[in-house]
Amino acid sequence: MTQAVRVKSMMPPGHVRTPIYLRGKIGVIERSLGEFPNPEDLAYGLPATAKPLHRVRFTMDEVWGADAENPCDTLDAEIYAHWLEPADAT
Amino acid sequence: MIDPKNPARRWHDMGGDTAGPIPEMETPNENHDFSLWEKRVDALMIIGAAKGYFTVDGLRRVLEDMGEDAFEKMTYYERWIASINQNLIEGGAYTTADLAEKMAEITARGETYGDASSPT
Repeated sequence: MTQAVRVKSMMPPGHVRTPIYLRGKIGVIERSLGEFPNPEDLAYGLPATAKPLHRVRFTMDEVWGADAENPCDTLDAEIYAHWLEPADAT
Repeated sequence: MIDPKNPARRWHDMGGDTAGPIPEMETPNENHDFSLWEKRVDALMIIGAAKGYFTVDGLRRVLEDMGEDAFEKMTYYERWIASINQNLIEGGAYTTADLAEKMAEITARGETYGDASSPT
């Protein structure tokens, strides 16, 4: 079973690790990697809560649309759970 | 350059931008070594992290806030020492006043690296 997720489109200023080109894109969770201290807190020297980290798989078609040279190729990116929402969320 | 569509976007987050041709680099020299000050910067990073003054995330945050010019004009270890310094001040290792005093003291030792390295 694969879970489809959308990367949130939020655009906060500051230190974030979610690439801008993946925001708003839909992928599937390829695997979950466990929990890690949130780097967005660590970067400011703050106490960091552990956040689930997922490896999310996107197709090039989803990421680049008509510009994709090989639309069926895939790209995996490791993204923290607080950046993800169910793909069917409105 | 600030992305007009996303002004909050930082310079490091360049994935998907048009990159142009890949520049041809010089053949790496197998005898290349880092200079002494670069090794000291590396050591300072390890010591500062081990002492709990900052994490690698803190170093990255400052590097990524530096802007495009820093990546065009500064060398790798110049960017590192700027980030380590910022993190050490934020972490409370020393104050900007402490740093100013020390820099003045070392500048007064002399122009050359050798002069400045030996305490008077």
